Order: sequence, then structure tokens, then C-alpha cells
Amino acid sequence: CPNQKLCASGATKAPDPAIAEIGAKLSTVKHKILVLSGKGGVGKSTFSAHLAHALASDSTKEVALLDVDICGPSIPRIMGLEGEQVHQSGSGWSPVYVDDNLAVMSIGFLLSSLDDAVIWRGPKKNGMIKQFLRDVDWGDLDYLIVDTPPGTSDEHLSIVQYLSSTHVDGAVIITTPQEVSLQDVRKEIRFCQKVKLPIIGVVENMSGFVCPNCKNTSQIFPPTSGGAEKMCADLNLPLLGKVPLDPRIAQSCDEGRSFLNVVPDSPAAKAYKSIVQSEKLPGALRSTPRTFLSESLSRCV
Amino acid sequence: QGCPNQKLCASGATKAPDPAIAEIGAKLSTVKHKILVLSGKGGVGKSTFSAHLAHALASDSTKEVALLDVDICGPSIPRIMGLEGEQVHQSGSGWSPVYVDDNLAVMSIGFLLSSLDDAVIWRGPKKNGMIKQFLRDVDWGDLDYLIVDTPPGTSDEHLSIVQYLSSTHVDGAVIITTPQEVSLQDVRKEIRFCQKVKLPIIGVVENMSGFVCPNCKNTSQIFPPTSGGAEKMCADLNLPLLGKVPLDPRIAQSCDEGRSFLNVVPDSPAAKAYKSIVQSDNETSF
Repeated sequence: CPNQKLCASGATKAPDPAIAEIGAKLSTVKHKILVLSGKGGVGKSTFSAHLAHALASDSTKEVALLDVDICGPSIPRIMGLEGEQVHQSGSGWSPVYVDDNLAVMSIGFLLSSLDDAVIWRGPKKNGMIKQFLRDVDWGDLDYLIVDTPPGTSDEHLSIVQYLSSTHVDGAVIITTPQEVSLQDVRKEIRFCQKVKLPIIGVVENMSGFVCPNCKNTSQIFPPTSGGAEKMCADLNLPLLGKVPLDPRIAQSCDEGRSFLNVVPDSPAAKAYKSIVQSEKLPGALRSTPRTFLSESLSRCV
Repeated sequence: QGCPNQKLCASGATKAPDPAIAEIGAKLSTVKHKILVLSGKGGVGKSTFSAHLAHALASDSTKEVALLDVDICGPSIPRIMGLEGEQVHQSGSGWSPVYVDDNLAVMSIGFLLSSLDDAVIWRGPKKNGMIKQFLRDVDWGDLDYLIVDTPPGTSDEHLSIVQYLSSTHVDGAVIITTPQEVSLQDVRKEIRFCQKVKLPIIGVVENMSGFVCPNCKNTSQIFPPTSGGAEKMCADLNLPLLGKVPLDPRIAQSCDEGRSFLNVVPDSPAAKAYKSIVQSDNETSF
């Protein structure tokens, strides 16, 4: 094995120098939020994208969204950046900009074809995440939001490890109401506790569907064990809010548009806005109502 | 000093094929049919489908069926099969799987946890080791069908399951998706994965394909097929569309309660869609 000398010397036991480099690089990022869930398909990427849009609606704030889902990178599509490519400069990789103050990075931008599969084992995925944190020229940021894949494995351990010499505000945990989801989400909460990652709160997604025809509400994913509300009460965690199912959310995501702009008066959009304005969020993370008003006004012009 | 494995690495022994592959090949030689249930996307209904495929196949009491859950981080199968809290026993012939019925056996890491909320926070290599054990050390017996439920993605678990089954015959993969493009995008990657590792694709199932309001019977496309849904993707890629399953709250309810909705609401549109898929699956692959 070509690495035998390296292994024998014990050098691999030393801390990864990248951790300190990343600490230095991200020292100008004021707030870092991870979006996690033990369960797949609950709306992590949707939430991450719209949290980024909401925070960036204040044009004085610099916001970045990092997608560390290496196998299933949804963020480029949801942000309307499909097909964009990353450029390299003297100061590192340039992220892709949605607006002047909203930058995005994803492995999706590094693929030659949108259908290319990234079939990598853990170590290679870890290496890419390290590069995303160390080599991307983020600039000075107010917010770095990190979207993650489901699970408690390589990507999650690596992102926590590589951010260990920086301050991370905490994690927002996404779930849907049914027990099969909550079961996985409790594991994610255990993960956060084990790695000492603070939990900002929990969002319950797909929380009921109002029929557009007769306005009857159906619980498509019934909260058989009390939903996120009971789980949060049991585990003493803040429930940041509940977002109903709305076909226009999935539609907007497919079209790469923010549904906060497309249907700002929908119950789902109102629920999202209430979440990002929640008093349970650390003070500096709140978007003030004025920013949404000015945003929707600017869209009207 | 240094790494305790240095002699092993230096000897080049790690370059030889994993002896477990041949052992697994021998162990599973009495399994007639192996089906993997895959999706690039999370939360589309892989575990739900795997569980109900197992139930449907096992409804023929002359068939021996087993369901293997290789989702190490988020093992949903014990809950969905009504086996939460069960434990695995070890015997002389290996680990005993947990039986739902006489002819339906299940294995999942969920059965190895001391508490249901315990998180399995493992990197790839440790997950791979567990999957190897599931295939090599579980006393499955002679099976007609082994169904393997997988986590979303194209990573360690997927590479490992294909690698460890490489000296056996695998019928192929059933790919699960939902109608929207954000799902299909990930599913196309999974299809590429299957092509790369030469895993035949039995067909595609489109889940959450419309919701009929129980009050007024109006159909809503909650996950709109903005790019043509699974139907167009299958047409483009020349793959069989095995069927479309509508959203039905009773599916999620049954899964939470650990009951087969094929028994709970056999006349529901969703149950009928499933039965038709399983029958076409049977005809296609067997």
C-alpha cells in the first residue's frame, strides 16, 4: 500500500489540519445553521432553500446555502440554478449567486450532466465536504445554512467535525407528523446531543392538507403518536412551527422559485414566515416583517 | 508504533477479494429470488413498498419470504412490520431473524438496538461490516424471496449490497419515486447507479401519485408531475412503469401501527394499486 509509511509514522492520528484552516476561513461567518433530519423526504432542502431566501430578503445581509447532500443534491434545482457551473479563482472556488447577497454551493454544480450519479463511499464524500468548507470563497457572511442528507453518518459526522473550531448556532430539525418519521428524527436528536450540537428547534412539515375544492382538512401523514408537538414536549425542545402540505410548494421547488414570492398569502408561506420570525429563534436569526413587505413590494415594481 | 494494521496493509492482503463474498454466495445459493428496493430520493416509500411486497408475497403460505433492512441509520422496517422491540437471537447456525409469520422473516439493525431511540452514528466502513454480517451470518434458511430495503442514495450501503451479492444471482431492483422533478432527478441517478453496477431494473413505482379528498372526491396532485412524472421518465429511459400508488392517509396510519394496509383496507385504491404492481412484478421478473 502506498500509504504504509504514512500510516506507520502515526501522522494519521494527529488532528486534521483542515479543521483549523476551516476555522480561520469561516471566522467571518456570523451565524451557521445546520438543517437536519433522521428521515428522508421530509422537506430539509425545501426548508433550507426558503430559509435562505427569507434571510436574504434583507438586502443588507450576506447569506450562503451549502448543500452537503453528495448523492442527492436537490438545492440547485430548488434554487433555480440547475446547469450552473462553479468557477475557480485565485481565492478559491466561487459559489453560484442567486442574488447579489445569496450564494449557493452544491456538488450539483460540479457534475457534467444533471443525471450523473455520484457513487462514492464515505471517505470521498468527506473529502468533498472538507473542500466545500475550506476552498470555497464565501466572503464575509451573516448566515451560512447547511442542508444535509438524511441519516447520522459520514456527512453529518464530517460537517460537525470540520466545523468544530468554529461557532455553530445550532440545528433546525425537520420532521413530518407520523411516527415512522419521528422515530428517525429522535435518533437525529440523539446525534445532536452526542456531538454537542445545540438544537434551535423542530419544524413539522406536511402537517395536514386543505382540499382546494371543499376546504376539508385531511391528515395525510397522521400524527398517530402525537406528532412533533408531543415529541418536542417529551424532549423539551422548541416546536418552531407546522407547515401544511400545499401542491404549490412542490411545484415552486421544481420550477426553482421561492413559494414565499409565488404564493405569499398561502397558509404554507405564512407558516414559513412565522417560523423564520419565531421568537424561539436566536435573536439575530429573525427576519423582520418589514423585509417581507419590502421584498413583495420590490417584486411588484 | 503507528497503525496496528500496517503489517496487513503492507502485505497486500487487503487487495485480495473479500472472502465474505464467496461465503455469502454459498449461503444465499438456496434463495430463489432477490429483489432490491432502491431510490435516489428519501421519503418516497421504499420501506412501505418493501414491507408490503413482503406481505403480498408471503400471503402465499407455500412461499418462504424474507425482508432485509439495510438502512443502518434510519431503520423503519421493524415499525412498519409491527415488530418494534423484538430482539435477534443467536444460535449455532447464526443469527435468527425475527418472524412476522411462519413464512415471513425480517432482519434489521433496529432489532439490535437496546433502545428504540438509539442513534447508529457510524461511518461507511462500519455500516458495510454490518451489511456483510446480515448477509453472511443470518440463518435465513431456504427462501423463495429475499427483499432488500435500502436507504436513499448511491453510497456505501448500495455499493456494499451489490458487492456482497456479486457472487449470487440478483433478479434486479424495483425503483420507487414520487411524481415531482426534484425526486425524479435523484431517481435518475439511482438508475445510472444500477446501470453502472449492472443491476437489472425490474421497473419503477410512482408513489404519492395524487390524493382523493375523502370529503368531495376531488383529486389533488400534491406532488405535481411538473416534468411528466415517472411515466415520462420511464418512456425516456425505456423502463417498465410497474404502477402508480395514490396518497392515502391509511397507508401512513397502517405503517405507524405495524399493520399491512393490504389487510386493513383491501378495497382502497392504494391497496388495489399495490396488488396490481406485485402481480405485474411477479410476472415480469419471475
